[in-house]
Amino acid sequence: MRLELRNITKRFGALVANDHINLTVNPGEIHCLLGENGAGKSTLMNVLYGLYQPDEGEILLDGKVVHFRGPGDAMAAGIGMVHQHFMLVPPFSVAENVALGNEKTKAGIFDIRWTRKRVKELSKQFGFHLDPNANVEDLPVGVQQQVEIVKALARNADIIIFDEPTAVLTPQETNELMAIMRKLKAEGKGIVFITHKLREVREVADRITVIRHGKIVGQASPTATDSELAAAMVGRAVQLQVEKQPANHKDNALVVKDLIIPNSLGQAVVDKVSFTVQGGEVLAIAGVQGNGQTELAEALLGLQPKATGSIKLDGRELIGRSPRQFLDAGVGFVPEDRNADGLIGNFTIAENLMLNRGNEKPFVKRGGLHLGYRDDFAAAKVKEFDVRTQGIRNKVANLSGGNAQKLIIARELSKPLRLFVAAQPTRGVDVGSIEFIHKRIVETRDAGIPVVVISTELDEVAALADRVMVMYRGGVVGIVPADTPREVLGLMMAGISPEKAADAVGQMMGAQR
Amino acid sequence: MKVESRTPDPTWRDTLAEITSSGSALGIGALILALLAGSLMIAFTNAGVRTAASYFFARPGDTFAALGRAMVGAYSQLLRGSIFNWQATTFTGQITPLMNTLANAAPLIVAGLGVALAFKAGLFNIGGRGQMIMGAIASGWLAIALTNRAPLWVSLPLCVIAGAAAGALWGALAGWLKAAMGAHEVISTIMLNFVAFYLLQFLLGTRGLLQRPGTSNPITLPTAGSAFPHLFGSTFPVRWSLILAFAMVAYCWWLLNRSVLGFHFRAVGENARAARVAGINVARNTIGVMALSGALCGLAGVFQVLGVILTGFTDGIDAGIGFDAITVALLGAASPIGVLLAGLLFGAFKAGGGNMQAGEGIPIEIVTVIQSLIVLFIAAPPLVRKVFHFPDPRKVANARLERQAAGLSASQGGTGLDLMPGVPQPPEVFLAPVSPLQEGASHIIDQIGDN
Amino acid sequence: MSIYLASITDPPELDLSAAEEPIELRVIARRDYKAPLVMAALTALLMILLLANPRGGETRFGVTTGNDLLRNVPVLTPNAMTLGWIAIAIMVFLTALAFWFSYTYKRQWLWIIGLFALAAMSTFLAWAGAGAAGTINLVPLIGNALLLAIPLVFGALGGVIGERAGVVNIAIEAELLMAAFTATVVGSVTRSPVLGLLAAAIAGLMVAAILAVFAINYRVEQVIVGVVLNVLITGVTTFLFNGWLQPNAMTLNNTLAVRFSQVPIPFLSQIPLIGPALFNQNILVYLMIFAVAAVWFALNRTRWGLRLRAVGEHPKAADTVGIRVNRTRWIALLIAGAIVGIGGASYTLVANGAFNREMTNGFGYIALAAVIFGNWDPIRAAFAALLFGFAISLQTVLSIIGSPVPSSFMLMLPYMVTLLAVAGLVGKSRAPAASGTAYVVEDH
Repeated sequence: MRLELRNITKRFGALVANDHINLTVNPGEIHCLLGENGAGKSTLMNVLYGLYQPDEGEILLDGKVVHFRGPGDAMAAGIGMVHQHFMLVPPFSVAENVALGNEKTKAGIFDIRWTRKRVKELSKQFGFHLDPNANVEDLPVGVQQQVEIVKALARNADIIIFDEPTAVLTPQETNELMAIMRKLKAEGKGIVFITHKLREVREVADRITVIRHGKIVGQASPTATDSELAAAMVGRAVQLQVEKQPANHKDNALVVKDLIIPNSLGQAVVDKVSFTVQGGEVLAIAGVQGNGQTELAEALLGLQPKATGSIKLDGRELIGRSPRQFLDAGVGFVPEDRNADGLIGNFTIAENLMLNRGNEKPFVKRGGLHLGYRDDFAAAKVKEFDVRTQGIRNKVANLSGGNAQKLIIARELSKPLRLFVAAQPTRGVDVGSIEFIHKRIVETRDAGIPVVVISTELDEVAALADRVMVMYRGGVVGIVPADTPREVLGLMMAGISPEKAADAVGQMMGAQR
Repeated sequence: MKVESRTPDPTWRDTLAEITSSGSALGIGALILALLAGSLMIAFTNAGVRTAASYFFARPGDTFAALGRAMVGAYSQLLRGSIFNWQATTFTGQITPLMNTLANAAPLIVAGLGVALAFKAGLFNIGGRGQMIMGAIASGWLAIALTNRAPLWVSLPLCVIAGAAAGALWGALAGWLKAAMGAHEVISTIMLNFVAFYLLQFLLGTRGLLQRPGTSNPITLPTAGSAFPHLFGSTFPVRWSLILAFAMVAYCWWLLNRSVLGFHFRAVGENARAARVAGINVARNTIGVMALSGALCGLAGVFQVLGVILTGFTDGIDAGIGFDAITVALLGAASPIGVLLAGLLFGAFKAGGGNMQAGEGIPIEIVTVIQSLIVLFIAAPPLVRKVFHFPDPRKVANARLERQAAGLSASQGGTGLDLMPGVPQPPEVFLAPVSPLQEGASHIIDQIGDN
Repeated sequence: MSIYLASITDPPELDLSAAEEPIELRVIARRDYKAPLVMAALTALLMILLLANPRGGETRFGVTTGNDLLRNVPVLTPNAMTLGWIAIAIMVFLTALAFWFSYTYKRQWLWIIGLFALAAMSTFLAWAGAGAAGTINLVPLIGNALLLAIPLVFGALGGVIGERAGVVNIAIEAELLMAAFTATVVGSVTRSPVLGLLAAAIAGLMVAAILAVFAINYRVEQVIVGVVLNVLITGVTTFLFNGWLQPNAMTLNNTLAVRFSQVPIPFLSQIPLIGPALFNQNILVYLMIFAVAAVWFALNRTRWGLRLRAVGEHPKAADTVGIRVNRTRWIALLIAGAIVGIGGASYTLVANGAFNREMTNGFGYIALAAVIFGNWDPIRAAFAALLFGFAISLQTVLSIIGSPVPSSFMLMLPYMVTLLAVAGLVGKSRAPAASGTAYVVEDH
């Protein structure tokens, strides 16, 4: 089936998310849609999938104009989508998820057996190992993604959209996914692959379309260099590396020992983790999402009250203390989920900038809030950290991702610091803000403060780290120097010890030569 | 003469659109809709209308005439009972309704403040009734005990403090059950209402406790000995409790807008997770705000015992104010000034409703119906807009934006700027947590956070 | 943000099948002693009651109403204190068991709590009935529990359906009240209990429709709509009661003779103890048992149930496979409303012969507590509702035989039990993930 998008335009109020976009996808082709966060890729795909109605333009399948009033129509027409945030119901089984919306029934009673058989057939055909009875929430993300693919295949999709599919995968899982995509292509399916990762694009794409600020800015061939692609994507030359002097170590500042954190089910999501971070160095904690990094980061602010072990900052034991006491000890903290944990959307910029300083002297005067100081402070910080907004009385909910993140960084860096912890500091942030945030993190390090950066992006780890700690299933796989090859880091993220990983990569390289 | 058709200039049109789409127009629209619905109910129970309607097809005019009589009768009673009695001969008689309104408003305002305060911290306190009852028990008991034993300047403050403290305790209990045990406050406060009610019933029915000696009726001794003094002389029911209510409005305004405690309450209410990350103790604030909320509701109980019913009270002492407080707080959008105005409005309804019942035989519950309808309509601006053809504020804002954008050079755009500047919203207390994805779904039963 | 330069090499081929297994982590749970601690406190309290205020004599227990196989069994008269202490021993044992379950990280089973509640009630019964002339007849005690539980069970079923679809239904109270009112009026006018029941179901459905309009279409916070609806319906029914029913009480508010009568089921009603309590009941009780099973089946075995649960757990996922989220929620709420309405009819078509103002007395909220207590499962919620029904029945029986506890405290009992249930005894429970949140259909 041949898919064609003609002059698709989608507006949200004054914002034009898609501006007259033209795109074709042929059977047996992998068409890559490359663009920054917020460039309008996902909007376009939601239009194609019937989740949004286009304001202008039309969708054609095999030359015929079609109208999708909802995802049901799109699926019926043979379009499937593997969503960035999996659209799976966690407590449902694999079979139930595959069947949902497309159930086979006998007299109104849901025929689960038939679906189980179908899941097994499709798994066999495409080489998945899916247990139709397993609950989705118990499966690793890579397998969950396969469920999403089977969901599309079970509906006989001819065109499958992959929306940022690699964001949650290990490098190895990513490779597996690439193989699956090639297999689908060989079966004659048309594939739309949405991503902002240049490496992946060049590996599987047959054609590349670059999109920026809602417009198509050009086509590229898979042979283009990374800098060419990056420049096309961002619209200017990008400084691809942060300038960084060698680390200037000071005394041991943060010492974590035998840290254990249970989750609500009583499982150890962080299991006997020990490490030290010295003043003036960045320790990056790498790993696939969900291997305990989130909880570890939270423990460094006292947000995991059930944590046991030892967290010492400048020799002071902090385990068991409240978040307030961690903050008072000089911890600056950038949470992973900035909207849920970092900011209060309905509060103003000024209020958010003093959120964790409500008890401090200049912000409080004679028992009440010192509004004058608060506003002056906010105005200064907004300027210093280049937060683009119409005013400090604006609600934070209206800020873009990059500006919201800069606001949090501004708040956390503008107090006396003894430790800086940043979890996923640039997730969902535009390139300009990424450069800015990375610069400030390195400056913080250079000021002699110990810095812990938690990131799932190996590129970010490579850019910032002095040492890298890789976590897998709650434990530490190893702590290695920053110049460790990313292939080795990738294997470590799958739980393979640094020595074995280095050996394996060495053999591979040898074999290639 | 030719009339020139002329499109109004854009800014003027914007302004008008914004006025009609703003809160006050919405409020008036909701009020009209609720009164209309109330009229239907009045018509339904009016004997004249029912008789006329039975031969509607023979003489429809009769039905409408009867309807008109019923409406005019009802609403003129409402006005004469609540604001100004134009049939009275003396000035005193003329303004007595207004005074009744003010007297009714005092407990409504403080209880409304209590519920509103909890709202600001993200908690739904429907335990106003129980907290009021506890406040009434404590202050009533003390007032009876101190009768003829202490001067007013000693007994009154003591009774007020005792009542507020008892309410605070009852509120804090629900707060603690939520913070420590994970019991949702809607269920626990309702259950505590019943517990308080039956406790009062027990005290009233047991000799030697609150029951008036010498009778077996469930009623206490008079509490007049420690009552609030009259504010405008003894002909009017308004007492100094009204001034205390106003003071509480001012205090709550300061608390929410200028104090650290209020800042923390609001932070917990808007986003408890972010508040926790910012070092704010969510459990302590939950218990604290419920205690304050309960204290204010307890104060409403004190106002009843020491300001309204002075001849001895029964188990009906709360007079439905605990639940009215919810509608007051919602109509006031949980802001202290809004609560003040809503409290005055509902005080007027109550005074006028009493008059309607006495004069026209319309059950006073019509007031409850109209009040809750107002709140429902206020909560759903699109509904009111649809009925009255008001423009949608979002569209108004977007239209303005687009015009601005068209005026500006295209180079201004880009990723850095705000996407959507503030668009008028319905009062935020009403808005459901909206999450297309399941993350952060707040649930009525956030049973036991893992922490 | 992979805009950093890095060399590309073909990845090494390694066996990574280990990564495909479900993640298993070491278990190092802290033990949750909340439930056993509450149980221990209750046990201690009853012990103190028995020790500080021992009451001599015997407690008279009847076990038959004369129609079943036990009709010749005399009234049992155990020594009150002996029975009390035996029941306490059972409570101690169950508490110890609960501690053991907590110690070994097992979840607390509902049956332990149920048995414990039963033992606690026995202790209390023995103590309260000691030396009294009246007989505590267990058959009507259980039978009444079932009767009183009708609105609770139907209410809980409605609550379960709503929440599984993602809408918190605080308006159960309003639905019950409106249904009770409508059942009276229609039943009195038509003199037909069936028509009254139908009208009650429709009334519940109508209230649910108001809830749906505001909670689903206008996305007003669900808890707020629910509470305001409760206030509204209380106002409406009381208004109409005072202004319309009272003046015409004989014609409009008189279902005494219209009520559903008892229909004994042959053989089953002969079973000792539970026979007459369970199988010599009115149609509504049988309908209730059927409804519990039907709702369970519909939720777990039908396409409708699968979609409904999907909508309550992850509405966006349901949307992306073409299920219309808000429509599904609307239908679920309407069905739930009708079911609650049937429960509401029991007030006037079973229990009383007339409507009275605010006669539901907060039972809608107790039903909601049963939903939580029953972990959003129809069968378990129904059992939880029965437990609350038993507490109410107990209060009635004790007030008849004349107990030493002031009646006000007995009237408090169901509310105290509910409070204890939501505060202390609920273990780890998991609500439907999207319950309470409105769903925005973004565009289509």
